[in-house]
Amino acid sequence: MAELKTVGTSIPRKDAIEKVTGLAEFIEDRYMGPMLYAKMKKSTVAHAKIKNIDASRALEHPGVKAVLTGKDYPNMIGLYLIDRTFLAVDKVRFWGEPVAVVAAVTEEAAAEAVELIEVEYEELPAVFDPREGIKPDAPIIHENLADYEIVPIFYPKPGTNIANHFKLRKGDIDRGFEEADMIIERDYYVPQMQHVPIETHKAAVQWSPDGKLTVWSTAQSPNVVRQLLSKSLDIPMHKIRVISSYIGGGFGCKAGASIEGLLVPIAQKYPGHIIRIVFSREEDMQGTFTRQALYSKLKTGVRKDGRITALQYEMIWDGGAYTEYGVNIVRAAGYSSTGAYDIPNVKTDSYCVYTNNSIGGPVRGFGMCEMQWGIERQLEAIARELDMDPLEVRKLNGMKEGSTTAAGQVVHDLDYDQCLQVVADKISWGKKESGSEGKFRGKGIAGLVKCPAQPSNAASSAIIRINEDGTAHVMIGATEMGQGMLTAISQIASEALNIPVDKIDIKVPDTDFTPYEWQSVGSRITYTCGTSVKRAAEDALGQIYCVAADLLETPQEDLSFDGKKIFSTKDPEIKATIREVADSCKKCTGEGIAGPIIGRGSYVPTNMTNLDPETGQGNPGLFYCFGATGVEVEVDSETGVITVLQLASSIDAGKAVNPQLCEAQLHGGTIMGLSTALYEEVRFDKGIMLNRNFTDYKIASIDNTPHIDSFILETPETKGPYGARGIGEQPMIGVAPAIANAVCNALDIEFNTFPLTPERVWQAIKDKKNSGA
Amino acid sequence: MSEKITINFTVNGEKEQREAVVGHTLLRFIRNELHLTGVKEGCGIGECGACVVLLDGKPVNSCLVLAVELDGRELVTIEGLSKNGELDRVQQAFIDHAAFQCGYCTPGMILSARALLDRKPNPTDADIDEALSGNLCRCGAYQEIRGAIKASSGK
Ligand code: FES
Ligand code: FES
Repeated sequence: MAELKTVGTSIPRKDAIEKVTGLAEFIEDRYMGPMLYAKMKKSTVAHAKIKNIDASRALEHPGVKAVLTGKDYPNMIGLYLIDRTFLAVDKVRFWGEPVAVVAAVTEEAAAEAVELIEVEYEELPAVFDPREGIKPDAPIIHENLADYEIVPIFYPKPGTNIANHFKLRKGDIDRGFEEADMIIERDYYVPQMQHVPIETHKAAVQWSPDGKLTVWSTAQSPNVVRQLLSKSLDIPMHKIRVISSYIGGGFGCKAGASIEGLLVPIAQKYPGHIIRIVFSREEDMQGTFTRQALYSKLKTGVRKDGRITALQYEMIWDGGAYTEYGVNIVRAAGYSSTGAYDIPNVKTDSYCVYTNNSIGGPVRGFGMCEMQWGIERQLEAIARELDMDPLEVRKLNGMKEGSTTAAGQVVHDLDYDQCLQVVADKISWGKKESGSEGKFRGKGIAGLVKCPAQPSNAASSAIIRINEDGTAHVMIGATEMGQGMLTAISQIASEALNIPVDKIDIKVPDTDFTPYEWQSVGSRITYTCGTSVKRAAEDALGQIYCVAADLLETPQEDLSFDGKKIFSTKDPEIKATIREVADSCKKCTGEGIAGPIIGRGSYVPTNMTNLDPETGQGNPGLFYCFGATGVEVEVDSETGVITVLQLASSIDAGKAVNPQLCEAQLHGGTIMGLSTALYEEVRFDKGIMLNRNFTDYKIASIDNTPHIDSFILETPETKGPYGARGIGEQPMIGVAPAIANAVCNALDIEFNTFPLTPERVWQAIKDKKNSGA
Repeated sequence: MSEKITINFTVNGEKEQREAVVGHTLLRFIRNELHLTGVKEGCGIGECGACVVLLDGKPVNSCLVLAVELDGRELVTIEGLSKNGELDRVQQAFIDHAAFQCGYCTPGMILSARALLDRKPNPTDADIDEALSGNLCRCGAYQEIRGAIKASSGK
């Protein structure tokens, strides 16, 4: 590959100055026009029939313009399984589900009016544990499951609460267990977590009398919002405009379409007005996607030499009240169910089960944190049972070039061994340090892998406009929520166009003007959008050469472009500036040659396939990104407090388009992982979310975040732009199991769930003492 | 109609006289009346630090202060930190160290950092941790933030 100029350099973020000066525009910072403020009336029970809603007093409240209930607005929406309405229609399925929405001239009036709405419920038996919900006699949460529209790669079981049963069968599981010297079985549990981006969900809509709907949204995916609204409301796509701003953190909770459609009927009643809703912190925690809880059972067959011969993995996911998006997490975890390991015989059953808890949905890692918690804890159990080095067990079974995933997909372009080794070396693996009085030290390691969980037809596209002075505008549909997309994509454009990056303008999307992008999810944008941008740049460059050849009367193959001018390599005096190319009239005659240069690039994966419905075999992965986490902890046996002494994180980025931003992402993901490992657990009591603010739901702050040593490996991704692959979610995946493995190493206690709070650790130490072990 | 009172104050070096609604928070006043939207709301109840501004040089969560309390005081928001188009050292250091991702916590972070440096020009890691422990960053830019503050030390 020719030497790279921009890709691989740590240029400052494109959004840097705006973000440090407070001028970066988030949705709530825009003045949009005359405004009505919306507030939701939420259900006070988890599962009930709605017998009556009386909004008469709310409607009379001064300043109130409209009250909308589900009866007036039964339209359905959903990404993969259309199982949701914007407002509860005949029944509520979780505590806090919106049953009505009020629009008023002030926020106060709207909030006061909400209190005046009276809702009569008839409570129904509820399901709060998916292991109960999966039973044949469980109360049914979605009676009409059979009628819901669904993408045909999911397998709901109408008449039950199973929204998807993903099956995977690889090799011969019985033979695999026969070949084993030892069978190891464990149960694991991962609780719900919340994303808590510091910016909550927000949306505004406006209806124009000519039938155009404009939507401003914090959504990660404007094009998906447009597509889902178009289907749900039966409005053609060109009549829906979705505008993005900077997004104050996404982490999956702003994927798909959530609150954008809620206010449309009110907007239609008040054309020209902007109807806006801003979720409070509490609403954001309780009313948007949570990470689905997972109850899992693993059974592994292993030979004396440490080789795993068989894996049986059962996953029961708490899909919550609606699983329009969650069904795909369950699928992704299923087809990835061997984690970073090559296991010849696999039987996996992954169930998405409706419950009356908050809605499950995508979170950074998309099922991988939950599923690989089990895998990485199980690897540790295997090493302990066999008295082998956990690092060696991982390397022995770890994926290598040409290995196959659980789905039977062959993996390429990886160096998993090295991902493990760098973090092991950093924490001086194998050298056990002794702690001070009453403190125990231990080291732990965990590997990780993730591919984007996207449909095989998830597409990207890009347009590049070359200006008359040789500067350029890159137009794409990806969103900027902190991941650094604007910067990385400009660097790819700059590299491909041979134009300096400061001559490239790039903005967040507006579906009326920017080309299609599926979603900014799954750590896919650098790869997918990056590829379409590279193609658009090559297209633009091709046009520049073509016009220049005509203009300069020189064969194209003799021409070169140095970022300023196009010249003949044979005779540098034969040259034209970009401006001359853009104007493109023959000098001597004034005859026109071509108009302005506009490059276009489209991308859709060509290496993915559907999966066999019975065996789950096929190619679900666009690319696979590997990494590892290594930690050293000290545990205070008196208090149960875990201190993280060393935290090392590696990721194979293929090519770090911007090493500094790549490292920042690596740190950010590792910290989120650490935060979930030690603190985060959403608690429910009969479906009521108990911890709905930052005091009760603690996340990592600066004073409890240790130093992180990061390692970016670069095993090029053959088909990725300049060898790059996405890394945004991955660093989170290995942290919780690495910490639990280290605590296990320190205390000789196996933890099969997290967070490892002081209470939980202290209790386990006490239980161990009492049992005399 | 809500009761209003007249308040006099300085904002980013400029003297101002405005009406403030009794009961409205300072956060709301700054965003909706002064139209300085750099200050952000992340929780509204004093738990996240996204709404930090400097009142008489001290960092406060503006969601917990009433607008009328601004009377007679000096307010600095993120918009007032750069002077004549020159970024403050902390702002530049945040850029150099990639000390933010989504940028939503950033105005509050930078102002908390500025107040710390004004008070303690050479803060230790422990000083930084203490001063910024009320500013949450879900993107997890903490290591970079520490680096940026260290790099802005000494002035
Ligand atoms: S908004 Fe004020 S502390 Fe969170
Ligand atoms: S940069 Fe996103 S919350 Fe701090």
